[in-house]
Amino acid sequence: MESYINSHELPHTAAEHTHDEEGNKMFGFIVFLLSESVIFLSFFAGYAIYKTTTPNWLPAGVSGLEIKEPTINTVILVASSFVIYLAERALQRHDLVKFRLFLLATMAMGTYFLVGQAIEWNGLAFGFTSGVFGGTFYLLTGFHGLHVFTGILLQLIILVRSFLPGNYDTGHFGVNATSLFWHFVDVIWIILFILIYVWQ
Amino acid sequence: MTNVPIEGILLPDEKHNHESPSNWKEYFSFSTDHKVIGIQYLVTSFFFFLVGGIFAMVMRGELMTPESDLVDRTVYNGMFTMHGTVMLFLWTFPSLVGFANYLVPLMIGARDMAFPRLNAVAFWMVPVVGILMMGSFFVPGGPAQAGWWSYPPVSLQNPTGNLINGQVLWLLAVAISGVSSIMGAVNFVTTIVKMRAPGMGFFKMPLFVWAVFSAQIIQLFGLPALTAGAVMLLLDLTAGTAFFDPAKGGNPVMFQHYFWFYSHPAVYVIILPVFGIFSEIFPVYSRKPLFGYKVVAVSSMLIAVVSGIVWVHHMYVSGTPGWMRLIFMMTTMFVSVPTGIKVFAWVATIWGGKMRLNTPMLFALGALVMFVFAGITGIMLSSVPVDVHVNNTYFVVGHFHYVLYGTVTMGLFAAIYHWFPKMTGRMYSESWGKIHFWLAFIGTNLNFLPMHPLGLQGMLRRVASYAPEYQFWNIIASLGGFLLGMSTLPFIFNMVISWMQGEKAPANPWRAIGLEWLVSSPPPVENFEETPIIISEPYGYGKSERLTANLPE
Repeated sequence: MESYINSHELPHTAAEHTHDEEGNKMFGFIVFLLSESVIFLSFFAGYAIYKTTTPNWLPAGVSGLEIKEPTINTVILVASSFVIYLAERALQRHDLVKFRLFLLATMAMGTYFLVGQAIEWNGLAFGFTSGVFGGTFYLLTGFHGLHVFTGILLQLIILVRSFLPGNYDTGHFGVNATSLFWHFVDVIWIILFILIYVWQ
Repeated sequence: MTNVPIEGILLPDEKHNHESPSNWKEYFSFSTDHKVIGIQYLVTSFFFFLVGGIFAMVMRGELMTPESDLVDRTVYNGMFTMHGTVMLFLWTFPSLVGFANYLVPLMIGARDMAFPRLNAVAFWMVPVVGILMMGSFFVPGGPAQAGWWSYPPVSLQNPTGNLINGQVLWLLAVAISGVSSIMGAVNFVTTIVKMRAPGMGFFKMPLFVWAVFSAQIIQLFGLPALTAGAVMLLLDLTAGTAFFDPAKGGNPVMFQHYFWFYSHPAVYVIILPVFGIFSEIFPVYSRKPLFGYKVVAVSSMLIAVVSGIVWVHHMYVSGTPGWMRLIFMMTTMFVSVPTGIKVFAWVATIWGGKMRLNTPMLFALGALVMFVFAGITGIMLSSVPVDVHVNNTYFVVGHFHYVLYGTVTMGLFAAIYHWFPKMTGRMYSESWGKIHFWLAFIGTNLNFLPMHPLGLQGMLRRVASYAPEYQFWNIIASLGGFLLGMSTLPFIFNMVISWMQGEKAPANPWRAIGLEWLVSSPPPVENFEETPIIISEPYGYGKSERLTANLPE
């Protein structure tokens, strides 16, 4: 048997290697999202326990949260999940124009959500330091908002990349991961919405 | 040179050493080679082991006499806080991650980790954590003083009024350490699931890999809870929120839930890889296949799962209602089932084997003995009546030091000696290794055994002064502690001298089965020129027809 320690003669072809790496990246990203979901779950569990055990849960002078605007926001955000799916589909059909349009639409809807939340925050009668309620409210919505913002940034990156020279058809990891992240942010919001706005 | 099969093991050609890092400067660079990163982790964490050890020496010095007379109380409080934190976050976690980094890709026949750059970033966060922790000694008000668990409202006290204080730096360090660990966990889980060599099904993985896999799954699902709690405490300290501050309507016990939901499973994150190390070492030095391979593998996963439902046993006296204490008492006791299975499997492995009492085997045996002791006191502590009696006493301190020094640190030393020839290409000195073992073994027992009677008599932990009747056992413990501290000197001497001028190590000095022993010592940069094909179980000792791997022609 000949010697077999020679790192310069790797039997793998470059294409094979890239393919493996794409698969690994996606798997790793899913594992990362699972871990992220535990952070959210920790906050959610904390919120539920605080809400059921804290005397004087709402700060003085606060009767509850307005639900109308957040509901519209929720509809927009959930709808954006379908739009980014359409963008992904368009890319699979090599339709770059539609891909960019749907992506822009997703970004617009995400931005609408963030602006809506900023307006809501601005009009609230309580702050971050108004007892446990104020703290958990801003912590949960703020941490989620940070994720929405990150999602929009990721969408911007893949949009810019689609204009750069090079073959955009090989390896859609960036696109798939961004889309998955966006769905994740949506699902988290639905739970958050039910927990904070519906369960009052 | 041709390969000569010995006991079913292919010995590799040894002329290719030049591929591995030959210059020490490479270990200070941003390397993406998992082996360099592994050694970086090990050396960095060992440095912090010495730092944490010095804190311990000062504390044992203080406890020689009943009065608080050696150091200032602020310093003492900072020392026990930092001793615990450094030993956990900067010694046991990173050193085991170091071994996992070094060994997992080799053991599964991969060229590197799945995400080499992420791996390097995760490592370089460790020195940052260390700098933040040590930096807290130099800010106004001194280091964090609320113990490694940082319970509010004690941890919320900020007499200096400064925004940058020891506690804030401590929390930042813990949060960064958490981010680094999550990165590592994503990397390990992906590597183990996706990058195993052809033929290596899950039930052909070495048990160390199984152990790392289980431990990293705990990291993924437990660590975010601690991070959530740390962020909330940080906000309480700096932004004036009310999460854990009873003065503002918050609930300090909630922090205990966040903290222990991760920090109890964290013990299994540390000890599972040590169990993995035992499972690698006992078969080699007993020349026998590991008894009950599958059961041992599955028991690691079972420990990982059960670890998520035991945290309240740290909170029996935190106002936890009786029915809940009963449930958590039972789940905690249940952990002893998969753990006991492992112990019996190791004993059955050693039983009737041809034992070689080399230093790694001595350390592994010593660690196993002390683990059995720690397990027994662990079951005692899991039961509510005993815990209520000895809660917050030295009994608890004795118990977890048998786990964390007796088992984990001794297990780590076993691993260091066992894989030293592979990592450095040099042999260590057996006689110095044995001196190290006996000093450490005697030191550990002298240091931590007296803590049990002290705790049963009621001596509280975290105190700088105590009633005079506790002095006798404290003197014994302190003398044992100094002996334990001294035992590190022959180790350092041995490692440095052997690394510099030890005898050249062959590829497989222990005639072990396992992929890491198929490559030269130290292994070349990309580990395997051709991906090995796994053809049998990893522990077929004594069965000459058994090969672990075949390399394609």
